[in-house]
Amino acid sequence: MSISAPPSFRVAEYRLRNMWKWRNAIIAFGLGNPVLYLVSIGLGVGTLINANSPDGVEGVPYLVFLAPALLAIAAIQAGQDEVAFPTLSGFIWQRLFVGMRATSLTGGQIADGVLLAAFVRILFTTLTYWLVLWLFGAVDAGSALPLITVSTFAGLCWGGLTLALTARVTDEGGYIALMWRLVIMPMFLFSGTFYPLTNLPIALQWIGWISPLWHATELGRWLSYGAPLPVWQATISIGYLAALGLAGLLLGRRFFEGRLTT
Amino acid sequence: MIRARALTKAYPAKPSGELLAVAGIDLDVAPGESFGILGANGAGKSTTMRMIGATLQRTSGELTILGRDPIHEGPLIRAHLGVVPQQDTLDTDLTVRENLLTYGRYFGLPRSQLRPRIEELLDFTQLQDKRDAKVDSLSGGMKRRLTIARSLINEPSMLLLDEPTTGLDPQARHILWDRLFHLRETGVTLILTTHYMDEAEQLCERLVVMDDGRIVAEGAPAELIRRYSSREVVEVRFGAQRNAEVVPHLQGIGDRLELLPDRILIYTDTGESDLQEIVARGHMPITALVRRASLEDVFLRLTGRSLEDA
Repeated sequence: MSISAPPSFRVAEYRLRNMWKWRNAIIAFGLGNPVLYLVSIGLGVGTLINANSPDGVEGVPYLVFLAPALLAIAAIQAGQDEVAFPTLSGFIWQRLFVGMRATSLTGGQIADGVLLAAFVRILFTTLTYWLVLWLFGAVDAGSALPLITVSTFAGLCWGGLTLALTARVTDEGGYIALMWRLVIMPMFLFSGTFYPLTNLPIALQWIGWISPLWHATELGRWLSYGAPLPVWQATISIGYLAALGLAGLLLGRRFFEGRLTT
Repeated sequence: MIRARALTKAYPAKPSGELLAVAGIDLDVAPGESFGILGANGAGKSTTMRMIGATLQRTSGELTILGRDPIHEGPLIRAHLGVVPQQDTLDTDLTVRENLLTYGRYFGLPRSQLRPRIEELLDFTQLQDKRDAKVDSLSGGMKRRLTIARSLINEPSMLLLDEPTTGLDPQARHILWDRLFHLRETGVTLILTTHYMDEAEQLCERLVVMDDGRIVAEGAPAELIRRYSSREVVEVRFGAQRNAEVVPHLQGIGDRLELLPDRILIYTDTGESDLQEIVARGHMPITALVRRASLEDVFLRLTGRSLEDA
């Protein structure tokens, strides 16, 4: 890497070097996670559902219906982990960002670098996940590029949002657990992941509408097996994800610089 | 290297108003100088240091570091600074060598340039045999040395050390001082904050004493001692209960007398004969010591507080 690369690359380089130390865990999780989900829910629950409705869900076997949602949540989780943990560590546990900010780096560049490295992890996660889905016959080979692109994009946008949220955490006491229980899990359960969102009572459907996972899943189902999706809705979904991610990144940059200079 | 005029840092304070951490100080530091900022905890040393290090914005006043204004050219200034913070911020997941490499990369320095530089620094800080050890396995003194090695990775023209030896045992402190002394000889400008008088006397050619956000004295250590203290100090202890009782009986001995909770200090140029005089007046101290005056005495004189208690 030459000296002229953007300064945020230097932060990403550090993050990737750190991730490399955890490569075995990352690879094991990257492969193990989809295999477990596919066996237990995709095949187990799928057999039950397929037996009761021979046409499957939305006209496709349950596993095919489920696959884009699993891919999207995997990307979002990767974004969450790879932004939240390094950010807490950088500000609180090891205070590495303080050391970084004493060099020629700025807070904004540190934020960019963290997200950039998270992007690599998200891409790796969706690639391996897609591969496992393909081996299970849950996706077509032709879906690789669009499906991986849209899931990675969703994960990156979630990562941007996480950047801003985590930068404001001053005492980590329960933040990660809280995010899991109050944000990630409800999102996972109520975003039309396991059944079409329209199956939920209308009073609960709003959770899906604001959920990045639902938007990513709708786009994914459209790209995977051609589930009907009006162009206006696809546009809104892409715009919504992009807006969340961009707002998160811009706020995150400000919060990082602010926190490191007061 | 540094020029500050009426440099001020104010923090909003509850319930209303503001807290002046640094209350309008003037500083000038020339290239190659080793300059100390001495003061008790909360005197404004670290705040001043962070403003100099371009990691904290001033509230008002002027500040130029290496000829540039940190508000507008922070990254450019920091590219030429080395910073040893009060608390280590080493990466405990990485080895000694990897910490140095990573830090060098933050400055955008190419690996080819960093490789030989890291070897030099491992030699310099005597960490060569720990090169592949994880940071967690290092002693406190080694961690500090690694932090110093790290701060030198970009060949800074000015090194900022915020309480570099706080919390270290005497042996580790002496190793560190020796390394810093070497650095001083190579012409690196050293700026250091400390509340250890011996550290300031060893390392600083010139220093300021800060108290309550202000500079209360400035000069070379010997000059400050001459100006604010006598040549010698007699320390006598009569026991915590009796010290105060004895004081009136010691009038006329020495130039000045200071009563501390555990001892009495008598400032004088003739320590030995003054001590004899005390005994001759019929007051036998439990312990007695005649010593040369130190910066500790200067600090006590200027702030009315002992650095140890402060």
